[in-house]
Amino acid sequence: MTSTVLRRAASVADALLPVLSVAAALGLWEVISRTGVIAARDLPAMSTCVRALWHLVETGAFWHELLLTVRGWALGLGVATVLAVPIGIVLGSSDLAGRAFRVPIEFLRPIPSAALIPLLFLTLGTNLKSEVFLTAFGAFWPLLVQTMYGVRDVDPVALDTARSFRLGPFERLYRVTLPSTIPYIATGMRISSTVSLILAFTAELFMGIPGLGQAVNIAQAFGLTDQLYALALATGFLGVAIHLVSTAAERRALRWHPSQRQVAS
Amino acid sequence: MSARAWRVAKVVAEIAVPAGILIAWQLWTASAHQARFPRLSTILVQFRKMWLFSQFNEHVVPSLERIGAGFGIAVVVGIALGVPLGLSPRARRAAMPHIEYWRAMPPPALLPISIILVHSIANRQKIAFIAFFCIFPVLLNTIDGIRGIDPTLVETARSYGVPWHERIRRIVLPAAFPQIVAGMRNSLALAVIMMVLSEYFSSTSGVGYVLLISKNTFQLVPMWAAIVLIGVLGYVLNLLFLLVERRVLAWHRGWRAALPD
Repeated sequence: MTSTVLRRAASVADALLPVLSVAAALGLWEVISRTGVIAARDLPAMSTCVRALWHLVETGAFWHELLLTVRGWALGLGVATVLAVPIGIVLGSSDLAGRAFRVPIEFLRPIPSAALIPLLFLTLGTNLKSEVFLTAFGAFWPLLVQTMYGVRDVDPVALDTARSFRLGPFERLYRVTLPSTIPYIATGMRISSTVSLILAFTAELFMGIPGLGQAVNIAQAFGLTDQLYALALATGFLGVAIHLVSTAAERRALRWHPSQRQVAS
Repeated sequence: MSARAWRVAKVVAEIAVPAGILIAWQLWTASAHQARFPRLSTILVQFRKMWLFSQFNEHVVPSLERIGAGFGIAVVVGIALGVPLGLSPRARRAAMPHIEYWRAMPPPALLPISIILVHSIANRQKIAFIAFFCIFPVLLNTIDGIRGIDPTLVETARSYGVPWHERIRRIVLPAAFPQIVAGMRNSLALAVIMMVLSEYFSSTSGVGYVLLISKNTFQLVPMWAAIVLIGVLGYVLNLLFLLVERRVLAWHRGWRAALPD
């Protein structure tokens, strides 16, 4: 009797564990700032920052900035997808093309997109075009590489079967290659969507393109520490939201795929 | 086409296409006469003038130091936190909201805050910033690697009375090591990006600083040379890491090859 009660109490505590640990961290933050372990000037108390965030959320300007950042993210990811998937299919399905572009891809891929900011500053200017170029450039590579791997991983027997049924190249692409590549593309989309958000924010912060990044830059320049922390908190939540959406989208795209069929343990 | 001709064609393509791209770039930039897109040959001459090796000590060495220190701290902290989190489901449940939040945070959002918190715009702040964001790939891969260990291994060791610290040293860490190394490789690539970002903001030295200053003074050729250097840096660091990885994980590949499928 007591043991079942104890066990139930333990399982409730387990279920509450994430909530408790977040509460503990927020409490610790409050205490650190209030007791002056870190001066309140440098780290405003949690309650102060949350209040600042609340004031922000009430303003239309904040939502406008958030939407601008989301727009940069979406446009960049869209452009990258439209370019990377077809190119990836071509480079993945032809051995010759894959080999021909291997060295350029291996060389361009690791270039940090952030290094292109000064160049964009002086060429495209500080506007949406630069933001979209930067986000698309960063999001392009994970998608391209995933698509290429996916196409190379198509079951050759399935392709040969389709060929022996006299399916033309387009039908093979549409009925065999694309469906079996989709899991890889979905994973690439998830990786790229994170990259794309980071770069949209980076472009706004360093180039002064309107959006959350620019708001952070302004708060920093005017020494509005409370607002700086509130904006960082909000940016983190936007990151979490985009991560959750892209993970859910990936799972949805892969409903039929064996990798999603595991029994939850 | 015969198999041999096909093979030759592939090798030729692998050399000809990159060479063609470079030549096309050179020809286009030479004919365009655009200040914003200087000739490739001009960029390379500038590259040699700046980086081999007159400004190497002044700007490349500080950047490399920051990458090295930030990456090193991230690896140690990532593994040290990842081992308990990988072993204990309860600790994992408690830590996951924090990990999920911070790793979804776009890093530049914390750049101004890092300056305020660390009270520095020197190496201390740059290294702290690089280290913080490089922890996550190592941490998550350590956790995953440990969760993937065959429980029989650990249980057998326990039933033989192997103490916990020996179990971690001899079983848990070696078994998770290949995945930890994969995380380290992602962290290293991330460290280069974080280095550039941190040097864009309140810095006095480093490759990112050179990039920023050349932009502000409209010196396009040095700017291009700095971009090329960052590309080369990322490529070379990755290559070095792969070489080390091949040595360090030789036992793993041998073991995997010996296993029946």
